Amino acid sequence: MRRETALELAGPAALVVAAALLGALVSRSTEGYFTDALVKVAIVVALYVFIGNSGVLSFGHISFVAIGAWTAGVLSVPASEKPAIMPNLAGFLRDRAVGNLSSLALAALAGGVCALVVALPLMRLSGLAAGIATFAVLEITHNLLRYYEKVGPGLNTFSSVPETTGLRQAALGALAVVAAAFAYGRSRFGRLLRATREDPAAARAVGVSVYRQRLIAFALSGALAGLAGGLYVHLLPISTEGVYLDLTFITLAMLVIGGTTSLWGAVVGALAVSALDSTLAEAENGLTVFGATLDLPAGTRVVVVGALMALVLILRPSGLTGGREFRLPRVSADAA
Amino acid sequence: MTLAVLNIEWQTLADATALGAVYALMAVGIGLVFGVLRLVNFAYGQLVMAGAYALALASQWEWPVWAGIVLCFAVVLALSLLMDRLVFRPLRGQSPAVMLVATFAVAFLLQSIALLAFGPLGKIATSLASLNRPVTVGGVDIRKITIVAIVVAALCLLALVLLLERTTVGLHMRAASMDFATARLLGVRANRVIGAAVLVSGALAAVVAIMLTVQNPLVTPDFALRDTIVVLAGVVVGGLNRPIPATLGGFAIGFASGILGGALPTEKSQYLPSFLFAAVILVLLVRPGGLFTRYRGAVERV
Repeated sequence: MRRETALELAGPAALVVAAALLGALVSRSTEGYFTDALVKVAIVVALYVFIGNSGVLSFGHISFVAIGAWTAGVLSVPASEKPAIMPNLAGFLRDRAVGNLSSLALAALAGGVCALVVALPLMRLSGLAAGIATFAVLEITHNLLRYYEKVGPGLNTFSSVPETTGLRQAALGALAVVAAAFAYGRSRFGRLLRATREDPAAARAVGVSVYRQRLIAFALSGALAGLAGGLYVHLLPISTEGVYLDLTFITLAMLVIGGTTSLWGAVVGALAVSALDSTLAEAENGLTVFGATLDLPAGTRVVVVGALMALVLILRPSGLTGGREFRLPRVSADAA
Repeated sequence: MTLAVLNIEWQTLADATALGAVYALMAVGIGLVFGVLRLVNFAYGQLVMAGAYALALASQWEWPVWAGIVLCFAVVLALSLLMDRLVFRPLRGQSPAVMLVATFAVAFLLQSIALLAFGPLGKIATSLASLNRPVTVGGVDIRKITIVAIVVAALCLLALVLLLERTTVGLHMRAASMDFATARLLGVRANRVIGAAVLVSGALAAVVAIMLTVQNPLVTPDFALRDTIVVLAGVVVGGLNRPIPATLGGFAIGFASGILGGALPTEKSQYLPSFLFAAVILVLLVRPGGLFTRYRGAVERV
């Protein structure tokens, strides 16, 4: 592997590790923000695998996060506690429970299979029709998970899921997703998909099937989103509202602010927006900076993130990283 | 299902038509701006939301009804112009995806500003509540607002057709939505035609705000958010490129949603969004270019 290529993986991975180490140094209450940020990295990188490489917008990926969360959640609640929390659960889900790692693997599998099934018809669409259709997928998933109590807690929050996603699991999960995204991006499939993004007509002319390449990326990114959903449900008790429009907005914001077309952008965006968001969340509870107390009214954070996202789109439509991969600053000008 | 369809009551039919009419107005508002800017305005629902808050505040301050309506129009029109100046204009010429995400951000921004300013509990707009009382037409109880909504929507659409077909600025708008670059070469002033489209679209949002607050007087920060999502789906299903298919799409999805809501048995009605959006996906797969447009090849030629 060439040095530049290795750096494209090393840069984002180092940033994830740095965030995890920083999280280990801070106090117990602040650590939660870092864990949450690392799970967001996993979600945003999963989004990047499809949106970044294909250039097609998807509002529906949070569906697969939700499906992953529901799979991992339902399967890992101890069998003895299931009747109390989810009284209407279907029989085959009621009697068994699996461990942490298997629940994550099954979450990824469920996300991937659902994404594949959804993509088979949907990837025939492009442009606005595709955007609206993925939105429809999100609406349907949200509606079904909310009311279909045979597969989960319905309107209630997912309590009693073992909280195994600490800093370490979140960091390892994020690293796994980053590595998968990198491997895909370097593979033949990733290159072909990016070719269709740059010029669909030219790609078709040399025999690339736009449909098949998008299908592969969508299924892979669905699997990664499912894994991220599994990490998420093990982090905190979520409800259907937690994996719906707000999460769609914030993760898309992260991807766009970082730079849609690069893995580096996805990781930078997720961590930068998380840092800002958590700081503002602290400030809403009253934050003391250099002796001065900053006390913002509740709700300020969404205003700031929304304004920031609009600003970045207007001033720098290709994002903070310009959509480029990680590079070390050059010492000598193009000597090699 | 067929049986249920045949058993629809007149009341359901009237309500569904009224919902379709209101959605048709929103569809026109979204379609007009798309026509000249190639921009899907996700934040359209927040314009409606702002108008609804104006009405709620007016009724809280015990203003007369007409003053509340004037305030509603003023707020929505000002906000539309501001949105155009601050967001749409700098984004002109960007890819549709960037513009869609940008309006998505604006939508969330406005919603969270409303949350910050007015709190999550919501305000109640009561000044036009008398329109909710039923009148009896041919032995059927129909709420006054149902009739008002249908009539107002029909009048608005008529006025719009006259504007587009009979005035110079309407001609310019139609020309711009066919081919903006050529229209400009032939002397259509870009900012003027866009400004006109944004204003008309804003005025329609104000009308929609009035209709929706009568039906649902509790104004919360996510007021009209769901409606916007449904209308957007309807507009794309109908065909975004032409005003009439877009309007028909908006009407169709509102009507379908009203009929489904009435026809589904109670224990299934919570799955209404699933049925609705599954239908949206199906139609998009069969007619990706729009239900009410003449089919052209799905792939754009270079």
